[in-house]
Amino acid sequence: MFLSERRRGQLAALSIAAVVIIVGVPLWWRTTETYRAWLPVSQIKELAKLQLQLSADVEVVFARGTVTPEQQKKVPLTQTQEEERAIDGDLIILFLILLIRNTKLESKFFSCHVLFLPEDTALSESPCGSLVVYVIPESSSLLPEDVNVYIGQRRTALLRIGPQMRVGKTLEQLLAHLEPRIKQVLQVMSFSHNDITAALSDRVRFSPDNKESIADSMRAFKSSPGYEITFSLLNPDPKSHRLHWDIEGAVQTYIQPLLTKLSPVANFSIDSQTLYYTMLGVNPRFDTSRSAYTLNADSLAHVINPVEARLGSNAASSNPVLNFLLYVPDAQHSPLYIQGRKKQEVPSNAFHSPRWGGIMVYNVNGFYGSEPEFPVDINIDMAKVMGVFLAQLRLLLGVQSSTPPPGFLVARCGSTGLADWELDRLMWSRSVENVATATTTITSLAQLLDQIGNIVINDNIAQQVSSAVTSLQLAVAELEAGNLGFALQYSKEAILASEKAFFDPSLLHLLYFPDDQKFAIYIPLFLPMCVPILLSLLKIVSEARQRLEC
Amino acid sequence: MAAHRCCFPVWLFILCSFSLFIIAGSQETTVAPEQHASVLDNPQTAAETAEQTAGESGGVEERRWEGTEVRDAAAQKQAEPAVLQPTPQPKDDFQEELVVRPLHSGDIYASFQFRTLWETDFMRGNKVSHYRLFPKSLGQVISKFSVRELHISFTQGYWRTMQWGQPYLPSPPGAELWVWFQDSVTDVDATWKELTNVLSGIFCASLNFIDSTNTVQPSASFKPLGIGNVTDHRFLRYATLPREIVCTENLTPWKKLLPCGSKAGLAVLLKSEKLFHSSFHSQAVHIRPVCQDWQCKTTSWELRQTLNVVFDLHNSGQGKREWSLFKMFSRTLTEACPLASSSKIYIDITDNPEGEQFELSPATSLLSQAMVLGDRRTFSVYDLTQQDTFGSVRSLNLLIRWKSTEGDMLRPLLHAERYVAGYGLQTGEIHTLMYNHHPYRSFPVLLLDSVPWYLRLYIHTLTVTSKGKDNKPSYIHYQPSKDRVRPHLLEMLVQLPPNSVTEVTVQFERALLKWTEYTPDPNHGFYVGSSVISSLVPSTVAMDTNSTRERPLFSSFFPCKEESSYFVRVYTEPLLVNLPTPDFSMPYNVICLTCTVVAVGYGSLYNLLTRSFQIEEPSPGLAKRIANVIRKMRGVPPL
Repeated sequence: MFLSERRRGQLAALSIAAVVIIVGVPLWWRTTETYRAWLPVSQIKELAKLQLQLSADVEVVFARGTVTPEQQKKVPLTQTQEEERAIDGDLIILFLILLIRNTKLESKFFSCHVLFLPEDTALSESPCGSLVVYVIPESSSLLPEDVNVYIGQRRTALLRIGPQMRVGKTLEQLLAHLEPRIKQVLQVMSFSHNDITAALSDRVRFSPDNKESIADSMRAFKSSPGYEITFSLLNPDPKSHRLHWDIEGAVQTYIQPLLTKLSPVANFSIDSQTLYYTMLGVNPRFDTSRSAYTLNADSLAHVINPVEARLGSNAASSNPVLNFLLYVPDAQHSPLYIQGRKKQEVPSNAFHSPRWGGIMVYNVNGFYGSEPEFPVDINIDMAKVMGVFLAQLRLLLGVQSSTPPPGFLVARCGSTGLADWELDRLMWSRSVENVATATTTITSLAQLLDQIGNIVINDNIAQQVSSAVTSLQLAVAELEAGNLGFALQYSKEAILASEKAFFDPSLLHLLYFPDDQKFAIYIPLFLPMCVPILLSLLKIVSEARQRLEC
Repeated sequence: MAAHRCCFPVWLFILCSFSLFIIAGSQETTVAPEQHASVLDNPQTAAETAEQTAGESGGVEERRWEGTEVRDAAAQKQAEPAVLQPTPQPKDDFQEELVVRPLHSGDIYASFQFRTLWETDFMRGNKVSHYRLFPKSLGQVISKFSVRELHISFTQGYWRTMQWGQPYLPSPPGAELWVWFQDSVTDVDATWKELTNVLSGIFCASLNFIDSTNTVQPSASFKPLGIGNVTDHRFLRYATLPREIVCTENLTPWKKLLPCGSKAGLAVLLKSEKLFHSSFHSQAVHIRPVCQDWQCKTTSWELRQTLNVVFDLHNSGQGKREWSLFKMFSRTLTEACPLASSSKIYIDITDNPEGEQFELSPATSLLSQAMVLGDRRTFSVYDLTQQDTFGSVRSLNLLIRWKSTEGDMLRPLLHAERYVAGYGLQTGEIHTLMYNHHPYRSFPVLLLDSVPWYLRLYIHTLTVTSKGKDNKPSYIHYQPSKDRVRPHLLEMLVQLPPNSVTEVTVQFERALLKWTEYTPDPNHGFYVGSSVISSLVPSTVAMDTNSTRERPLFSSFFPCKEESSYFVRVYTEPLLVNLPTPDFSMPYNVICLTCTVVAVGYGSLYNLLTRSFQIEEPSPGLAKRIANVIRKMRGVPPL
């Protein structure tokens, strides 16, 4: 009787504990769970290593007099050159150069000795991202004496064989000779190690020795699906100057062709405004030797701040804004010149600020005449202004051609202001940058979600993340295949999707739900319920142990 | 409201009255005397002459514009064709003016208006993107969101109609925004949401709190003020934020929209530390399309920035009733904005024709007459574009020195107030009182009430009484609320009998909110936006017998219809209603209490189930134990 009663008590305690564990805990667990949709974590981790392969198609055309017909037959049709570069630890960039040896002899084509010929022929049409290199004999008169490589406006280059490579050398020797030089051409026309490092500047710690490339990479705007270009005419003295600028016509003539050409890279929108009574942040110093006012290069940093408050942000979109300011100094502080670091005048009288825009000072004291009668009507010479702004725009967008190595001749860019290969260069670095940015965003989002378990992950976020990952994989694959246009397109999609996921407001909802408040709510229920269960379980265990010992 | 759209006859009449006034030969002088003379010569065709000359003469055009400039915004619409611009070289134009009205209470009412006109079309296919005088940020808003008309106002303080008369531009306390969208907009609600967010950024205000629960679509009260005949109220959105506090951070972006900023012209007076040390402050931005010429062949966009402020002189502790630009704004004027085509200061001297009320210095010979809010007012004009306005000291510091404190103000004809009645936290009653002070004419008013959903209106209790009798509204538009989705909208057309008070009452029940829906200070109460009363009020000029004496007899037998009424919008006070507010620690208390109850019940149940029960031998009593001890000592067996 005594034992069975005791036994019954033990059974009751055990069954209550079982009910609590089997029913209560899962119920509590399910009801307090935050919804977390599945994320492709393993794929994200895979991407985070960022192993990129860039490949460019290079078509090499041998002209008459470079190879003998027998050699020509033996030239391999394709040859792959790989170059592996590691950038900062785990990032590995493989430069994969695919050489397609074209053995057609374009005798007719090269018989006309016109230097700029490759531009005009339909032969030079090649897809985005690829190159055609014409190898011409050393004695050819196509190029001037001291020029070994000529880079055209399209995706073409002429390469003169070095003097030591006369006809009669073996094919292997010829190819070995050509290889580094084609690489050199490729670095100028497609991508170089420095470009890619600059594009990856967010992920790479710079070694102190390449300060030049830091400055270069910091100057251009970050890659973005769109840019707003704002031209502002600053007239601090409307009482003296009545300024007229034909910005509409100037934009049509000078800026629009370039932007049309750049349209595969990003969308651009242009607007302009006139701001009055906008003062610069520094007082220019009067230089008695030149009887002119001067702005020092050191003080330029302070010029922009008071002006920027008036510029206003773009109400209609959130794309980065490129500001171009035309400053007409007031009559009292005129003329105004910008002084470089070495105390010499800057010929363009303009400066630019990295990732912000450019300012040009436009002196109008020449319009005053002998007896000025204020206000003076002034028509601004837009060709002069736009020349400066166009140069700054190219710099800020990252369309900057690094100085070519000696012996290179680069064709002048035509009416569009941008050669095809320059666009390709920009697209290469933009694709790499987009891929890097999107990977960083997705990786940090995954890390964040992993670390903070309280965040609700909705289905739409999971979907955005998956689509970003898919686009990223596609972009990487296209880069590998050398399809530059598609790679850029996918990388842009990846950036959009990843940003959308990262900045989704629903991620913030339960982020700030502290643990101590949770305990304050749970303890009044859990403490009185669990303590007796635990105590009786302990008792049962100790009794069972005693029984075993006897 | 129909009268608003018949522009041409109205304009003709304004001309007519204007030229007649010239004939009457009062103290008025004009800027362009040669034109004036030609009008004098042949008074029969005065109207036509004035019309013809206006085309060529800037002077007359100026005068005409003055005649209509200071009217109420709605009346502006009629006068818009007056802006004849003989193909201006720059397609935009900027004007600035300041109207100062000494109020009978001793306060001063200053009203700034800055107007930018731009002949452009935001809605055409090609994007407008090159801005000169028009601010870029607002232009982008117009073209991106396909806005046809935008009216936004920020007000601190309540306009005391009975003490101060009617304002030139009425506005409710807090923020008010109403927008007409183009009929090309497909998803108006989404566009509205986005637009409020963008405006909230531009004006540094909490307009992003505008959502569907405080947005209504009035069917009749807010008609477009610019040109355009689409009056489908699906494209209209109206919202107020009565709680919004207006301060310097709203003024700075507002000033930035001016072409001259606060660097030159009248805007140098806008110093925030003075402007906000006032009884009433209201700043507004109105954008609308207007006609460029009187045939309305081309349209242009008008941006009108207004700032109204009432300074309280008695409270500033100076004792003396004296007013000057420097005292008010701590600045004097030295120049007009060089970009402005006109820059003027008007001082209302109607009550002071012989200078018996106050003295104005420096004196000006330039006078102007205008019909303002149904009353004919006389203004002294200071033209800042003329150098001699500034005198030898090169600065203009207007000074008004009061001579007597007497004088009475003409009572405003329409005036309204509102309050909440009832007790307890369950039900209440909203009373709206509308006063018609006109001695013999009745007129209709449109009453718009937008009440948040948490006050559940009992619409069957709606009563409208005037002079003790039931007054049946001739038009009622009522849209019931949906909890947490949309507010109540009540619009009524009520006829106000002469010299009467009309009372509108409706009962409501206070809803219980969810605990996350309460504001951070729920015991302060919840604001209910102002009622809006829009009306065509009979003009005071028509009832003034003096004016008939001044006029020629032949002109004054039949009262002219258009002149006899003018548009007025009156805002009542916002309401502050207490809602039943829970103790916010309640959820935790409830959790603790229920947990304790559950724990106690569970504990006893657990005890019952797990304890083993056994019968225990009762221990012998104390007497028995003592007895047993004694028995043991005695050697006798225990009991």
